[in-house]
Amino acid sequence: MATEAHGEEGGLVFHPMDQFIIKPLFGDGPVGLFTITNATLWMALTVLAVMALMVLGTSKRTTIPGRMQSVGELAYGFIYKMVEDVAGKDAVGFFPYIMTLFMFIVFANFLGLLPMSFTTTSHFAVTVLLALMVFFTVTIVGFVKNGSAFLGLFWVKSAPLALRPILAVIEIISYFVRPVSHSIRLAGNLMAGHAVIKVFAGFAAIAAVSPISVVAITAMYGLEVLVAFIQAYVFTILTCVYLKDALHPSH
Amino acid sequence: MEGELAHIGAGLAAIGSGAAAIGVGNVAGNFLSGALRNPSAAAGQTATLFIGIAFAEALGIFSFLVALLLMFAV
Repeated sequence: MATEAHGEEGGLVFHPMDQFIIKPLFGDGPVGLFTITNATLWMALTVLAVMALMVLGTSKRTTIPGRMQSVGELAYGFIYKMVEDVAGKDAVGFFPYIMTLFMFIVFANFLGLLPMSFTTTSHFAVTVLLALMVFFTVTIVGFVKNGSAFLGLFWVKSAPLALRPILAVIEIISYFVRPVSHSIRLAGNLMAGHAVIKVFAGFAAIAAVSPISVVAITAMYGLEVLVAFIQAYVFTILTCVYLKDALHPSH
Repeated sequence: MEGELAHIGAGLAAIGSGAAAIGVGNVAGNFLSGALRNPSAAAGQTATLFIGIAFAEALGIFSFLVALLLMFAV
């Protein structure tokens, strides 16, 4: 995206989508499958930050938790309660997976808010992979746990018989569209928010509107802090909802 | 010419995000009016609120997807 030449027709000093370009970290060579890029760097930093909070922060295991341990315990309790409430008591076995998803996404979103950083979750390549992993997990778990009864998810028993084939088509479409909306919701929200900040930053070059632009950047940044958390929360809670469908297909 | 038409189509697809905004506002507003009537039951329903918002938003995301496809894939 945003690879074509700009500057002549746009008038902006920089293109708002420039921040999402993937560049190699060392040298200027082409980006191959194993090139270390800025995306690699920020994903590694995300994993390191999660490990710093969850492993180092809780390693002392004090009875009266310190700051790091409190945050770690808060995150653990928050996700554990969500899995138990939304997906059911028997879904607790999937808690480590859901916790990993949440911590990775929330840290990637917040690290992306640092100035000059790179938002890995604004790329469809990252979020589509996360969503497809959830999709395949849910489908495989559904068939392993329920066998062919899992297909009852598409055959709505509470509807009148004449409506059921039509509903089955709609249900099947909505089932296969899940990974699409699941992934694009996260990437789209992050990408749009960061692009809006950059658009306002572009206006700061014009002296007449620069005070408004600085205020707008600040306000958008505040909104983005909220969005960064809410999108991670929504991604996790939808994972729990899909998991509940797989474990209890008859509703 | 076709490139320009694709850009117009992408702009038209952005109307869909406005429609999604109406939907999300509907969900949140109805949640709030229900929550103010019975505040003690509201805390347990925040998960339902976010699920409802997510589903309402999904259709706005499809219009965003159409816009992206028109901008970069057509």
